Amino acid sequence: MSGLITRRNFLRSSAVAGSGLILAGCNQFDFLADKAGPGRQIMERANVLTYKVQRALIGDQTLAREYAASEIRQGQRPNGSVDPTTPEYTFLKMQNFASYRLTIKGMVEREVSFSLDQLRNMPARSQITRHDCVEGWSCIAKWTGTQLGPLLDMAGVKPTARYAVYHCFDNIQRTLSGDILYYTSSDLIDAYHPQTILSYGLNDQVLPVANGAPVRLRIERALGYKQPKYLHTIELVDDLSTFGKGRGGYWEDTGYDWYGGI
Amino acid sequence: MSQADGPGHKGPLIYRQSIWTRVTHWIWAICLFFLLLTGLQIFNAHPALYIGQQSGFEFENSIFKIGAVNTDAGPRGQTTVFGQTFDSTALGLGMSGNPERPVYTAFPGEVTIPSYRDLGTGRVVHFFFGWIFVATIFIWFVASFINGHIRRDIVPRPADIAGVPKDIADHATLRFKHGRTYGPLQKLAYFGVFFVLFPLIVATGLTMSPGMNSIAPWMLDLFGGRQTARTIHFIVMLLLVAFFVIHIVMVFAAGPINELRSMITGWYRASPGTQVTEKDKP
Repeated sequence: MSGLITRRNFLRSSAVAGSGLILAGCNQFDFLADKAGPGRQIMERANVLTYKVQRALIGDQTLAREYAASEIRQGQRPNGSVDPTTPEYTFLKMQNFASYRLTIKGMVEREVSFSLDQLRNMPARSQITRHDCVEGWSCIAKWTGTQLGPLLDMAGVKPTARYAVYHCFDNIQRTLSGDILYYTSSDLIDAYHPQTILSYGLNDQVLPVANGAPVRLRIERALGYKQPKYLHTIELVDDLSTFGKGRGGYWEDTGYDWYGGI
Repeated sequence: MSQADGPGHKGPLIYRQSIWTRVTHWIWAICLFFLLLTGLQIFNAHPALYIGQQSGFEFENSIFKIGAVNTDAGPRGQTTVFGQTFDSTALGLGMSGNPERPVYTAFPGEVTIPSYRDLGTGRVVHFFFGWIFVATIFIWFVASFINGHIRRDIVPRPADIAGVPKDIADHATLRFKHGRTYGPLQKLAYFGVFFVLFPLIVATGLTMSPGMNSIAPWMLDLFGGRQTARTIHFIVMLLLVAFFVIHIVMVFAAGPINELRSMITGWYRASPGTQVTEKDKP
């Protein structure tokens, strides 16, 4: 008899606990937003799993889908920074990016840099692809630029390098202690991917300021926050912890996953 | 035990739910709770659904939108479904919180994790439970195929289809037969969940991943584009919520203690008249 009561009590209390979970709203799970918390740390391991599984399934050269020209039905929707206000960028914009240089540095045999004209005179690739914002929307546009891979080869990436960090001109966030400049990073597979281009053209026009002029990197198998606008320097590194808050990018520092392929 | 509890008045206690069914059931319950609430958080980052590859900003292909508008009576929540717009403030859609401090999110903080706007955290938690959800589906299918749960309780047979009208009548009059296997409506409901809704919500979720799109571009074609996949993902969520509501109502209607016991201990009190086997308890 006592066993029956215990069981019944157990059932009843678990029912109460279950309905409490549903009714109590959700601010008791707000602790998961704490990036240093143990629960969050465990859950972020799932992002590493996603990255490793996708890397195991995707060929390094497998392309993102390219669409027909008829799928370009609207302009590319600008998001994030649309008109950077840093002095360096304002100056460059004023002189139509005549003195712009794209620099490749860090763990390379030789630091190299290219003017906009040099980039435009390199073999060009055009691709009509779908831009997927982390927010959930998608937009199809034609991007024209030169592949990053051959440029990395010109610089001679050292075998110990593991990541490419993309430094940008735009002050994505202004704080009391100064501007926070946009940056993100990728592994070398994405950096060398055939569709990874330094784009200077959008929908057969010169890349507009709102979309990242003069140069925006396209990493087509990842979400929008992995397509850095206003790019000026690519730094090859073996460790991301020294940049920003150490999570590999501006949005990554706020809590987005580093891989960005899902 | 008193006389009233004797075998003459009660059916046998049967071992109905295997350990595989019970453990996967509760793991799914936890997973779906977090997946739903973080899913609504993710939806709030861009509260509109579209048909096709992309989202129409300069053309119209949206079928669902939640937002807030300024009216003569102040700001109001507004929802548009298939071109029909209605005021959804009372539902908490588009605008919620108290009048002094209104919150303009599509779904209110009471049903999102975290309770405030935080897409990054919502995604981390969503994908964590997504992995567990998928792993549990895999374990359930293997175990239920081997132990016969799928064949016995899930896949409807011709006799089940023929028995649907009577089962509807029984449900309508709250006469439930607690048998050894599931009834026709039960089988249809669980078949729909395991063979249609679960695979569909996982597949449409994966179709939203640009990485997956390069691995399996055919999924984009199967669902008619990434934005259609996102819309289907949302609709399947609504169907799973509807299933959950009916599921809970049925648990209470059919006897919550007995139903909960069977899903925790495996033992289930069958209706009087159920044929007794030697494995049963009185």
